[in-house]
Amino acid sequence: MPSELILKYMREEHLPHIWCPGCGHGILMRNVAQAIKNLGIDQEKVCLVSGIGCASRAAGYMDFQTMHTTHGRAIAYATGVKMARPDLEVIVIAGDGDCAAIGGNHLIHAARRNIGITVIVFNNDIYGMTGGQYSPTTPHGEFGTTAPYGNIDRPFDIAVLAAGAGASYVAKGTTYHAQQTIKLIENGIKHKGFSLIDCAGICPTYYGRKNKKGGAVEMMRYQRDNTITVEQAAKMTREEKEGKLILGKIAENDFPEFSDEYQKIIDRLKEGK
Amino acid sequence: MAKMEIRLAGSGGQGVILATIILAEAAIIAGKNTAQSQSYGPEARGGMCKAEVIVSDEQIGFTKVTKPTFLLALTQASFDKFGSAAGEDCVIMADSSLNVPDNFKSKKIYLLPILETAKVEVGKAFTANIVAVAAINRVLNLVSFDALEKAVFMHIPKGTEEINRKALLAGDKLAQNI
Amino acid sequence: MKNKVLMQGNEAVVEGAIKAGMRFFAGYPITPSTEVAEHSALRLPQVGGHFIQMEDEIASMAAVIGASAVGTKSMTATSGPGFSLKQENIGYACITEIPCLIVDVQRSGPSTGLPTSPSQGDVMQARWGTHGDHSIIAIAPSSVAECYHLAIRAFNLAEKYRTPVIFLMDEIVGHLREGIEIDDEAEVEIIERKMKQRPDTLHLPYHVCDGDDVPRFHLTGYDIRYNITGLVHGADGFPSNSNEVADKLITRLMKKIENNVDDIVEVEEKYCEDADTVIVCYGGTARSVMSAVEELRAKGEKVGYFRPITVWPFPEKQLKKLSERVKNIVVAEHNYGQILLEVQRIVKDCKIGFVGKVDGTVITPSEIIKAVEEVK
Repeated sequence: MPSELILKYMREEHLPHIWCPGCGHGILMRNVAQAIKNLGIDQEKVCLVSGIGCASRAAGYMDFQTMHTTHGRAIAYATGVKMARPDLEVIVIAGDGDCAAIGGNHLIHAARRNIGITVIVFNNDIYGMTGGQYSPTTPHGEFGTTAPYGNIDRPFDIAVLAAGAGASYVAKGTTYHAQQTIKLIENGIKHKGFSLIDCAGICPTYYGRKNKKGGAVEMMRYQRDNTITVEQAAKMTREEKEGKLILGKIAENDFPEFSDEYQKIIDRLKEGK
Repeated sequence: MAKMEIRLAGSGGQGVILATIILAEAAIIAGKNTAQSQSYGPEARGGMCKAEVIVSDEQIGFTKVTKPTFLLALTQASFDKFGSAAGEDCVIMADSSLNVPDNFKSKKIYLLPILETAKVEVGKAFTANIVAVAAINRVLNLVSFDALEKAVFMHIPKGTEEINRKALLAGDKLAQNI
Repeated sequence: MKNKVLMQGNEAVVEGAIKAGMRFFAGYPITPSTEVAEHSALRLPQVGGHFIQMEDEIASMAAVIGASAVGTKSMTATSGPGFSLKQENIGYACITEIPCLIVDVQRSGPSTGLPTSPSQGDVMQARWGTHGDHSIIAIAPSSVAECYHLAIRAFNLAEKYRTPVIFLMDEIVGHLREGIEIDDEAEVEIIERKMKQRPDTLHLPYHVCDGDDVPRFHLTGYDIRYNITGLVHGADGFPSNSNEVADKLITRLMKKIENNVDDIVEVEEKYCEDADTVIVCYGGTARSVMSAVEELRAKGEKVGYFRPITVWPFPEKQLKKLSERVKNIVVAEHNYGQILLEVQRIVKDCKIGFVGKVDGTVITPSEIIKAVEEVK
C-alpha cells in the first residue's frame, strides 16, 4: 500500500517509474513531494517544469501542473511561467547535464536575474538516459562511455556556480541524507528569489558500474560515510575535501526578486510617474 | 503635388536620419503619404549616413528612393558619392563649406551655410539637422511652418523646444534668401 | 479616436500584438528586428504586461511558450540566425499546441550574412525549420499598416488553432516608416483560446471535443493538474509509445491547418481579372511589384499581381485557379527561388519567370518590369 504522501502527490497510475533499480532519483523525487507537503502549498499552485533526461521524467510522475519541456531549457520555460503567473510556485527538476551543460547559460542567467523559481538538481554525475556518457559534473579521471580512457574534463560544482552567478539561495543535499535534504528543499522553495538545491544522486547502473563503485547499497553507504557539513568543509583543505560530499546551505541573500522588481515598474507607470 | 524622393546624406551623428523622420512626420500632419527609410549598421553611427523619405499625394508602392528629386549633402564625401549620381533634374542643397566642381551638372544647386548657421547663429552645432529641415521645407514647399514645427517637437527631447525653434527659424530664413 | 501616426513596421507589429492581447514578450537583440524588442520593452509595462530580455534566442522562445502555457498571449521577435536557434522550441509549441507569435524580420544569410540587408531567405525555414512533420501558419505583411492589422490576425489564428504563427517580416517592411491610421475605439475581432467547459473532459488536456479541431485550454492553477510534454502524447497529456496514438496526434496536427485553409489563407489579387501576366510576390517585395504593375498598366499592359498574405499554408487553390486563365507568371522574391518552388509545383500550363535577388539590395520596379518583358 503506497504511503499517504505517494497517494496525494504522485500520479499513481503512471508508476512504477522508468528509473533503473537502485537509482536515487525516486528518493529525491519523494523528497521534493515531502518538502511541498511540509510547506502546505496548494497542489494546483505548483508548476513543475523539467527538461529532458532521467531526472526530467519526475515531472510526469508528480501530481502538480507539470511541463516536460526541451533539453536544457526548463529554467527558461519556467522563467516565462513565473513572469506570466507570479502566483504560481514554480519548481524546476533538472539533471546535471540538462542543467549545467546544455542548460548552463539559462542557469547562470536565471541566477543573476534572481527570478523566484526553485531548481532542484538530481545530480548523478552522468548522462543516464543516453547510456552513461560523462557529464559536466563527472569527476576528473572517472569513466563514462564517452570517456573510455578516463575523463580529462574538470567538473563543475553546480551549487558554487549558481551562487557565483548570483543565486540568492543555494544548498547541497544528498540522496542518503533525506531528512536534511527535505529541509533544504523547503527552505529553497520558501526563499523569495532564485534558489537551487544541488542533490547528489546515485546511478548504480551507469556511473556505478563504469567506475566500480558497487551497487546502490554501496553507493548509498559511500554517501553516508563521506558527507561533511558546510561548516566542516570550511575548516578543511582542498586535499582533505577530495571525494567528500557537502551537505547544507552554501549561500543565502536577500537580493531583490525579478518579477517583484518588474511589478514595481508596472505600478510606477500606473501611477503616472 | 508630384511625388518627391528626398535623400539626405551626411556623416553619422549629424542627425540626417532624424531629419527624414521629421519630414515624414510633417508630411503625415499635412495629410500626405510618406515612406521613410535609412541606412543601418555602423555607418549610421560614424561613417557616411544616408536616409530617405518619399512624400506623395498618391499611394506609395516602392519604398526606396531610386531617382532622387532632392538631395541634401552635409559632407564632402556624401556630396561626392550622391551628388554625382543624382540626375540633372535633382535639386541639390549642399553645405556652403563643400567644394563643388565647376563642371558639376545640375539645374539647381543651392549652397547654404547650414553647419555654420547652427554653430554660430543658433549656437549649437547639433541643431544643423533642424536648420536643414527648415531650409528643405522652404525650398520644396512641403508643409506649413507650423506643421513642420509640430513634427520637430514630436521628435526632440522635452526642454529643447526653444533652441530647436531658433534653428527652424534660422533655416527657414536661409532658404528665403535664395 | 482615429489618429494617423508615423510608425515603423517593427513598432506597428508590437502595437497590433498589444491590441490583440499580447502581454508577454521575451527576446534577444538582433538586427533588423531589435526595434520589436525595444518597443515591447517600452509598451508592455504600460499595459500591465511583461517584457524580458533573455540570455539567448533559445531561452526567449522557451519563455514565450512557458508564459503562453499558463494563459498569457506571448510573442518573441528575431531575425535569421536567431530564428534558426528558436526552431527546436517552436517544434515544442507545435506538438504541445501552445499558441504564440514568432516575428522573424528576415535578413540576408546564410549565417551572419548581411545583417542589415533585406532578404526573404527564411520562407522555407518558416515552413520546415523545426524537425518532424508539423503544420504551421506564416503571415507576410507588406506595409506598416499590415504589420499592425495582421499581427492581430496572427494572434487570432494562433489562439484559434493552438499553433505557433510565424510573422514573416523583412527588413524592407520592418525598418520602413509610414503613416498608419489607428482607431483606438474601432471594434476589432479578438479571438481568445477556447476554454474547457465539460467537467468530464477536464482531466484530459488533449481531448478534442466533437466539432473542434483542437483541444480546449484549461487555466493553470485551478481545479486540475495536468501534464504537458514534447513527447508524443494521448488525450491525457502523458507520453505514449503507441504507434496508433502517434499517428493520430501527428495527423491531427497536420489536418487542423490543412482542413481550415479557407479560414486561414488570405490573398491580395490586383488587376488580375483581365491579366495575361501575373506577378507572385509577398512581404516587402510586393512594394516594388505594386510600382512596377502601375507603371505597366499605365502603358496598357495587362499585368496584375497575386500576393499571398498567408504564405503558409500557401494559397494553392487560389493560385491554381488564377493560373488557369493567365499565360505567364513571374515570381519575385528576395532569395534564390523558394516560393518559386511552390509555384512550379502548383502551376502547370503557364510560362514561369523569376526575379530574385541575394546581393542585399532591394528588387527595383524596373527589374520586375524587365522580368515581365522577358517572360512574355
